[in-house]
Amino acid sequence: MNGRMKNVAFAAAGSLALISGHLPTAALAQEGEPIKVGVLEDQSGDFAAATMVKVHAIELAAEEINEAGGIAGRPIELVIYDTQSDNTRYQEFMRRVLQRDQVDVVFAGFSSASREAYRPIVNQFDGFAFYNNQYEGGVCDANMVVTGAVPEQQFSTLIPWMMEEFGPNVYTIAADYNFGQISAEWVRNIVAENGGTMAGEEFIPLGVSQFSQTIQNIQAAQPDFVVTLLVGTAQASYYEQAASANLGLPMASSVNVGQGYEHKRFTPPSLANMFVTTNYIEEVDTPASADFLERFRAKFPDEPYINQEAANSYIALNLYKQMVERAEGSTDREELRSVIAEGDVCFDGPSGNVCIDPKSQHMSHTIYLAKVEEDHSISFPTVWEDIKPYWLGDAGCDLTVSDPSEQYTPSSPPTAAN
Amino acid sequence: MEFLTSIFAAFYQFGDAFAFLVLSACGLAIIFGMMGVINLAHGEFIMCGAYVTVMATRAGIPLPLSILLGSLVAGIIGIALERLVIRHLYGRPLDTIVATWGVSLIATQGTLIVLGSTMQGVGTPLGSFVVGNLSFSTYRIVLIFAALAVLGGLYLLFNKTRFGILARATIQVPHMAEGLGVNTRHVYALTFGLGAALAGLTGGLYAPTMTMVPTMGATFIVEAFVTVVVGGADVFLGTAPAAVVLAVVKAGMTSWQGQLFGQIALLIAVVIVIRLLPRGISGFILKERA
Repeated sequence: MNGRMKNVAFAAAGSLALISGHLPTAALAQEGEPIKVGVLEDQSGDFAAATMVKVHAIELAAEEINEAGGIAGRPIELVIYDTQSDNTRYQEFMRRVLQRDQVDVVFAGFSSASREAYRPIVNQFDGFAFYNNQYEGGVCDANMVVTGAVPEQQFSTLIPWMMEEFGPNVYTIAADYNFGQISAEWVRNIVAENGGTMAGEEFIPLGVSQFSQTIQNIQAAQPDFVVTLLVGTAQASYYEQAASANLGLPMASSVNVGQGYEHKRFTPPSLANMFVTTNYIEEVDTPASADFLERFRAKFPDEPYINQEAANSYIALNLYKQMVERAEGSTDREELRSVIAEGDVCFDGPSGNVCIDPKSQHMSHTIYLAKVEEDHSISFPTVWEDIKPYWLGDAGCDLTVSDPSEQYTPSSPPTAAN
Repeated sequence: MEFLTSIFAAFYQFGDAFAFLVLSACGLAIIFGMMGVINLAHGEFIMCGAYVTVMATRAGIPLPLSILLGSLVAGIIGIALERLVIRHLYGRPLDTIVATWGVSLIATQGTLIVLGSTMQGVGTPLGSFVVGNLSFSTYRIVLIFAALAVLGGLYLLFNKTRFGILARATIQVPHMAEGLGVNTRHVYALTFGLGAALAGLTGGLYAPTMTMVPTMGATFIVEAFVTVVVGGADVFLGTAPAAVVLAVVKAGMTSWQGQLFGQIALLIAVVIVIRLLPRGISGFILKERA
């Protein structure tokens, strides 16, 4: 991609907007003028069950920060749009918040498809976005900060543990889009590295809700455990159907429980023996978590479940506050990034201490292994402290040096030239 | 034994796919075939039946009665919808598409606002059984027989009852039927209600096996429309044989290559059938007969 040509073209087309809006923001930032935070999350559609709580978490964080005097003396103003689980809505609203609403920062996105739909627009208008969601990893983009967990945090812990516990034959069923495909590639690689074999792999189109044949395929392949990377409420029907066919295999996942709280929604024991690596769920039993839950429930007493994305969204706004205050009230992205480059932007929140890695602009996490019991209560067989998002940095992504704005995968890593 | 197991497994999977296609499509097929109305709110009638079933079961009503209740409620809502909206749009197929689509959006979003983004299910009853080295869900056998029962019941209804004869007369020559004293408005309302009730029944039957969310109806829609398009306007000569053909294609490909190829094969089969038989399977059979 020819970055310079692009910049010239957009500079010409958008020079008016730039002059009136972007450049003097820092200079005009007077005491009391609000900092605008765009919030694009799904409040309806297929993903709403898992994402409504993210909006609430951001509202909670904003309220707390405003009550404590705002960010560098300026109140937070949230600009919230319902993206309806629809990728085109993300594009439409991303343009709107960046162009018309002139927000300082955007918190956006649940599915990886939606993130990849809006990311070019963030790049085009040179905005600053937080993606507060676990995902398949690999986004090396200076315009993005990712607070969710990535495969080296979720799979490098989970899969070897499962193989040791249950055996080396693994069957993966995954949602058929970028998240599922790339996550399945990670699982495949980690299984091979640890001397295991893939008993099978099946990709399920989004929206599929009938799994009889898949269940039978799994039985015929006789794996030791099943990795379920299913996404959306339709695919979640798998668990009920697998349980009623008495499949009886342990399950490993990076997305269930921690996002869609399936263990609360389904009748026990359909999710029994599922193991999930997550950086937060409401069952995490620490004083910081209890304190977070109490404040959350006080503001949103009817919240069905407070998941890892809620914690990540809450943490993200607090991290942003810290960055702006350390940049002496500036919301200019490059000044905030030079704060990140100092390498100690950390926050001790509901999920423990987390820090932003300057190379990848991803976040370190405490990873909890959550096990769903017969009665759908949660136990934590083990916890991995302070797991760094190391893969992008090791593979050659260094945002302090260059900004490729690409998404890399294990099979297509950054080239040496970058 | 290994061989017998795979034979049984193949039949089970075929039956399962067949049941899903028939039950998804029959309500849509009745409303389309009898009235020429393309009901885009079909999925929401399924969702309605499922929600009523789950709520009734959680209130302590036995599951079979809850399913019938879900069907009944969907049917009553269907009749009301026909009176309020559909009635004014007969003979304007494009307008009914837009109107029913609007109803579908309102129903999905209304359910989301009133009942929240998700609801706990009731769990699949009847447990499982083992054949050879494979285990199967018993409830899915019930679904297969339910699909056959629905087809049988509809056959009896349309061929052996007074309502069936009046309905067929109304559909064939509305003015003649009216001239002979048939209350055609009444027949249309009941037919639409019947289609909605069948959708509700499908929702009720599948409710224990699925995630309860306002958008759950959408997961039936592709299969429902595909089956009706392939089958054509007649439930018995169209929907049933179309479901047989598509179930064989889908179950076979899914077992061989996984869900993704099952879906692809299903859609390719539809393209081929429509290319060869533009009026669907029933159109082909009726032409042969004539």
